[in-house]
Amino acid sequence: MQPLRSHHQNDAIPALPLYRSAPPLEVRLEDFELYAIDRLRVLKAMSDGLSRGKNPEEMEKLVKGLLRANMRHPQASEDVNKDIISHFVLRLVYCRTEDLRKWFLSMETALFRYRFLLLTSNDHRRAVMAEFNLPYKAVSNAEYEGVKDKLGQVARSIGQPPPTANDIFYKVPFEEVPELVANRKVYIHKGYAYVAMNQVVSLVVTQFRSHLSKALILTNRKWTSTIREQEKDRLTPIVEALSTSYLGPDYSQPRESAEISIKDLDQIAKSSFPLCMRHLFEKLREDHHLKHGGRMQLGLFLKGVGLKLDDALAFWRAEFSQKVGAERFEKEYAYGIRHNYGKEGKRTDYTPFSCQKIISSTPGVGDNHGCPFRHFSEENLRAALSRMGVGTRAMEDVMDKVRNRHYQIACTLTFEAVHSSTCDAGINHPNQYFIDSQKILQSKNQSPGGS
Amino acid sequence: MTREECENGPADMLIDGNKARAPREKQGNSVPDKFNSNYLKFYYGKLFPFSDIFKWMSYGNDGKHPGCDQTYFGRREFSFTLDNDIYLRFQSFTSAAELESSIQEKCPFKIDIGPVYSVDPAKRHAYAQSGDNVFTPVERELIFDIDMSDYDDVRYCCSGADVCLECWPLMTVAIKVIDTALRDDFGFNHILWVYSGRRGVHCWVCDRKARRLSNEQRASIADYFRVYKGNENSDKKVSLTSPALHPFLARSYTEVLEGIFEEKLLLSQNILATEERYEKILDMIPDESVTAELRGKWQEKRQSSISNDINVVRWEQLKQLLQSGKHKGKGLRRYVEEIVFSFTYPRLDMEVSKHMNHLLKAPFCVHPKTGRVCVPIDPNSCEEFDPTAVPTLSMLLEELNQGGVRGDVGDDLDRTSLGKSIRYFRSSFLQPLLKSCKEEMESSYNAKLQQMKNSLSW
Repeated sequence: MQPLRSHHQNDAIPALPLYRSAPPLEVRLEDFELYAIDRLRVLKAMSDGLSRGKNPEEMEKLVKGLLRANMRHPQASEDVNKDIISHFVLRLVYCRTEDLRKWFLSMETALFRYRFLLLTSNDHRRAVMAEFNLPYKAVSNAEYEGVKDKLGQVARSIGQPPPTANDIFYKVPFEEVPELVANRKVYIHKGYAYVAMNQVVSLVVTQFRSHLSKALILTNRKWTSTIREQEKDRLTPIVEALSTSYLGPDYSQPRESAEISIKDLDQIAKSSFPLCMRHLFEKLREDHHLKHGGRMQLGLFLKGVGLKLDDALAFWRAEFSQKVGAERFEKEYAYGIRHNYGKEGKRTDYTPFSCQKIISSTPGVGDNHGCPFRHFSEENLRAALSRMGVGTRAMEDVMDKVRNRHYQIACTLTFEAVHSSTCDAGINHPNQYFIDSQKILQSKNQSPGGS
Repeated sequence: MTREECENGPADMLIDGNKARAPREKQGNSVPDKFNSNYLKFYYGKLFPFSDIFKWMSYGNDGKHPGCDQTYFGRREFSFTLDNDIYLRFQSFTSAAELESSIQEKCPFKIDIGPVYSVDPAKRHAYAQSGDNVFTPVERELIFDIDMSDYDDVRYCCSGADVCLECWPLMTVAIKVIDTALRDDFGFNHILWVYSGRRGVHCWVCDRKARRLSNEQRASIADYFRVYKGNENSDKKVSLTSPALHPFLARSYTEVLEGIFEEKLLLSQNILATEERYEKILDMIPDESVTAELRGKWQEKRQSSISNDINVVRWEQLKQLLQSGKHKGKGLRRYVEEIVFSFTYPRLDMEVSKHMNHLLKAPFCVHPKTGRVCVPIDPNSCEEFDPTAVPTLSMLLEELNQGGVRGDVGDDLDRTSLGKSIRYFRSSFLQPLLKSCKEEMESSYNAKLQQMKNSLSW
């Protein structure tokens, strides 16, 4: 397998491997996981972009940026290896169920499509076609003369400029380009479709998808029959954790500048807390109590926001003692807070919960944690959002995303509506929401914590 | 069997103890003597072309050539609908004789043909749904089903199950458009068109390439043919927005649609004759100034020309207005085409074509509601096909009786009107198909031999 090398220096896009066979490379166990995580970040961000309805140009731009940000290796020559290794690791991760396979196939195919489109030269594209053994004959000049009127007609019918004598067309059996045939985007004659160079993408992508689809089934078989058992102490735990992992920063170490004092809390809750934390905060103020799930979710969040242990204790004490008394607070709740900060028990410094974790929790009676976009009724959600300042137009977009179970996107749209600003990266973590919010407010020349 | 004999029927039937029963009186519209299971039994006994169907479905595998797959015919699914609506799926047979005796014994009111599966359908329960050893379709003709009831919104002479010579040209259009595209665009050669027995036509594309198409590929061909999109809730169901038509649509328009619309349907359906009808056309033209002007002309009720039919006159006026450039709107010419497409362009049942496991009625079945035989239609002379003159079961049996009962099936066929259809089936479809199958088999067998030789030589 010969991966393509770009001849251009400084090309942000790595060469375009086709992942035909697993490479005989050695990789450190650490890199096994790290490479996969970087690639997964790219795929998840793409998935995000697609569900937000980004058009093809926006997606191309997004992919270019994502590859630049995540898939480069300190040694440029290693870029390709990282690309290949990360793909094959993710095959293991995502071959295991029908749903996982479907998602992975869909994202990898999309990634391949955009990377193919980002290839700058026709030579590169033709080289990829050759790699796929697409032995399509370019239409000869003589034949072109005979069909150019029809080709022109097709071009006009799909809103494209008419072809010139320099344009290359390929003669391809019609059954290999079902997409183009179905939409009448090609001239077909005696079983052959005349495909324009810019339509070649469709060909290549179809092949890529078909190869990968079959490969995933085979990988799954190998996984269940031998690999999973063989690797149960080494790779298997990594593989099983990867498909559900959150991939962003963990916000366990708040930045130095981000110190929050108790007196600021009310204001920043109103201006910069995501809905889930706002709700918990308001409930705490209202009831002077929160159940365990809520204490964990809000408590860790506040730690990530920059609330020091002593301030946290004071804050929770001030609220809880109004309900249970100061003595009971010290006895039953203070320990838990210190535990969250890693000062008790096994001293794990717990990380604030990511959206993924919060969304998957199951709040019961009397609970207020979890993701409101998932767990609130439509009525309650609308009311809560409107109190946050989400306008009617944005409200409908948000509710639409909720109905389609894109909770994080709904939260992102909420963020955008409330701050009148875009959030391209999408919300994946409540502390990210907070930080981004503060950034915007500060850049509007507000003091930290003000609104 | 004459009607008198038939009336003695029930007693005989009970004694015989077979599944055939007394004449169906609950047929609804159809006359009792057109179709009943006695006639059908006789038909299966004397006329139904078992060996032709067998030869067709074997695609050359019933021969002695070493390349023949002896299991091929046995992996084909047939299904029977019996007279009490009992439906038997996954029927399979290993020979023409087995097929014949099963049909004669069960006397199905309808026979459907399904795909060729990976294994004998009778053994399907032994195989998994997924994984290595599956029970799955591996070959199936590319099929199309066009049903007149899908055109109810554009025909005024009949509706629902009825069909007459005024609306039948719509089927002629469908055959011409699709047949030409299948041959010229897709390169298929072995195509059989069949009258469905009542209100439509079926198409069987039997080239090897066609039989091996995947569901996705079939769907892409069906989509290539699709123009009409909409339902009773949309005003416009055909939308041809671009500055030029795809060559396939353009050819269909100039070679078939325009002609049949203007020469036949415009008049026979009285498309512009009344206010209700012309308003429907005007609804397809979004340009107010045009529709207002036309409405003005037509509401006058004064015909400028006495000799010309009012539909023709109005259509000319409409075309004139949209094509002359008098009105400033963009793309007005396109509306003329949209109207013609709406009224004439073929409307396929997409689901039938998209899935390999879809069953379709076998040619030469008899339609229980009309008694008519599902005979092949020659696409080259389809404009002459008359659905009201298709042989019926009772007609055929009468023809047979006139000659007395004699000899083998070949003679019997020739004595009836079915003979012509069978001869056409054999000469225009079956023989060329089998010849081509034989050639393919020989060449792929030789290629395999060559490959083996090559791999053996070091």
